[in-house]
Amino acid sequence: MTAGQQRHLAVLAAVWAALLLAPYWMPLFGGYTALGSRVLVLGLGAMSVNFLLGFTGVLSFGHAAWFGLGAYGCGLTLKFVGASTPLGLLAGALVGGIAGAILGALLVRRRGIYFAMVTIAFGQVFYYIAFQWSSVTGGDDGLRGFARQPLHFELFQIDLLHNDVSFYYFVLICFAAVLAVMASILRSPFGRTMTAIRENERRARFLGIPIELHIWIAFTLSCFFMAFAGALYALVNNFADPRMLHYSLSGDFVIMAVMGGMRTFWGPLLGAVIFVVLQDYLSSVTVNWMSFIGVLIVLIVLFFPRGVLGLLPQRRTA
Amino acid sequence: MRPSAMLQLVFFNVTNGLIIGAFYALMAIGLSLILNLSGVINFAHGGFLVIGGYLAYTLTPYLGFWGALLVAPFLTALIGFAVERLLIRRLYGRDPLYSLLLTFGLAFIIEDGTRQIWGANGLPFSVPVALTSPLSYQFFFITGYRMFMVATVAIVVGLLFVLLRYTRIGVRIRAGTLDLETVAALGVNVRALRSLNFAVGIFLAGLAGVLAGGQLGLEPTMGDGLLMPSFIAIVVGGVGSLTGTLLGGLLIGVASGLTAVLFPSASEAVIYVMMAIVLLVRPQGLLGEEGMFT
Repeated sequence: MTAGQQRHLAVLAAVWAALLLAPYWMPLFGGYTALGSRVLVLGLGAMSVNFLLGFTGVLSFGHAAWFGLGAYGCGLTLKFVGASTPLGLLAGALVGGIAGAILGALLVRRRGIYFAMVTIAFGQVFYYIAFQWSSVTGGDDGLRGFARQPLHFELFQIDLLHNDVSFYYFVLICFAAVLAVMASILRSPFGRTMTAIRENERRARFLGIPIELHIWIAFTLSCFFMAFAGALYALVNNFADPRMLHYSLSGDFVIMAVMGGMRTFWGPLLGAVIFVVLQDYLSSVTVNWMSFIGVLIVLIVLFFPRGVLGLLPQRRTA
Repeated sequence: MRPSAMLQLVFFNVTNGLIIGAFYALMAIGLSLILNLSGVINFAHGGFLVIGGYLAYTLTPYLGFWGALLVAPFLTALIGFAVERLLIRRLYGRDPLYSLLLTFGLAFIIEDGTRQIWGANGLPFSVPVALTSPLSYQFFFITGYRMFMVATVAIVVGLLFVLLRYTRIGVRIRAGTLDLETVAALGVNVRALRSLNFAVGIFLAGLAGVLAGGQLGLEPTMGDGLLMPSFIAIVVGGVGSLTGTLLGGLLIGVASGLTAVLFPSASEAVIYVMMAIVLLVRPQGLLGEEGMFT
């Protein structure tokens, strides 16, 4: 094992230890467990955006749509179909992922700015649907009347609703599972091909790689991850509202990814930590928090386009 | 419903749609100018619209409505010019992601700044009485102000197209849309051209703000609802074609007007359906050329 690999393992161990012990060290810094769950879920969202943006080089600026669809899918399932947390998560991921797969097929031939513009616009469709169809979605007031359900096992059950800490661990396990899938896809030949498309699409095409198919699959996977994160987010809040589908949330996810470092696997999580904690803090101390966030975004774009982790010396792997 | 009543309703909504469509087109052409020459999706376009409206509100006591209508868009353009010089210019040649994010952040700052300066509550913006009266009782919905809006849009857009076609700068802007590198190699100052072009785009946003303020009143978030239709107008009309953008704006205006008759709750969604159909059948947009920003 080389020194680089050892250091990498040490960092990984530190990250997971920090995540595992979060309910115990966060209160020392004025945090609370529910904030931890929120950061994890939004971080998962940012990593899903980055799966597409950072590793395939495709800019979707409408990913909140899939996030929100996941949230509504989960909430509506819990409310009307069956009171089961895993069922809600599964339904949310499927709703958002399938919708993403269908629209993705329309989008894959567009690139760059054009792709971004079309994804923004399409994302807003679902926003309007959630907003208008108030008999089902609750409209502007949001979807209420559902709550996360206890997990039933053979011998015992775990209460997720009233115990923030056990819910945090539930979120962490889901988070870890999705990350494992994501990482193994990125390490697979398919993941390498995604990176090849990012680096040089024309060369990849000359090598006979079906670019559109790859981008469509990457887009669809990213939508599934995103929708799963959204479903988790519905559980975090026991609530879903149209703003979860709005393009400004899509922008927040992209900013998290960029802030943390979009060419890195862990960057978006770090970006989410910074962004969510900062937003939480700023909105509690000043009414002008939007200006602060706006200035922060401008500064990052101008001066730190590679993000926090982009400042570190890169390991020489693709 | 009697057939004639139905007909009148359809006529009402088509006219309405055309008026709204003209307005979308004004927004979208400004966006399109900037997108074509600079490759920037200006998320802050709605923000500049708000600035234009509020500046007109502030100027009206001093200059009157007509003075404000003339001056406010110029001031907005000036702000746009400064923003391009100070911020956006630095991002040319980088991944379009960054200019998109920058204008996204700008939109935040503008919305919050507007709230700070003019207050969070909506403000009334009164237009001259001469413009508010309906033209006739039969066509009560065509108020003088709406006609005035459409006429203004028609004149400004017409003028813009003439300038783009027959002036040296206009030709350079159009040439730059197709191949900026060659234009630069021919000795044109591309930096100045882009600044000017950006300012013109923002001028249109400012003008749209004044016009919208007169129709709907002023609110710090009034640009939000107008931004998406403008995006869609561009995609439907075809990226790279200003005529396409104009056509796209009018088309989605009429489409949402007609849907409002038949299926009111879908009038918002129908423009997205139109975009989906266009992307399926003619991905480059109605008047777009394949290969532009694909």
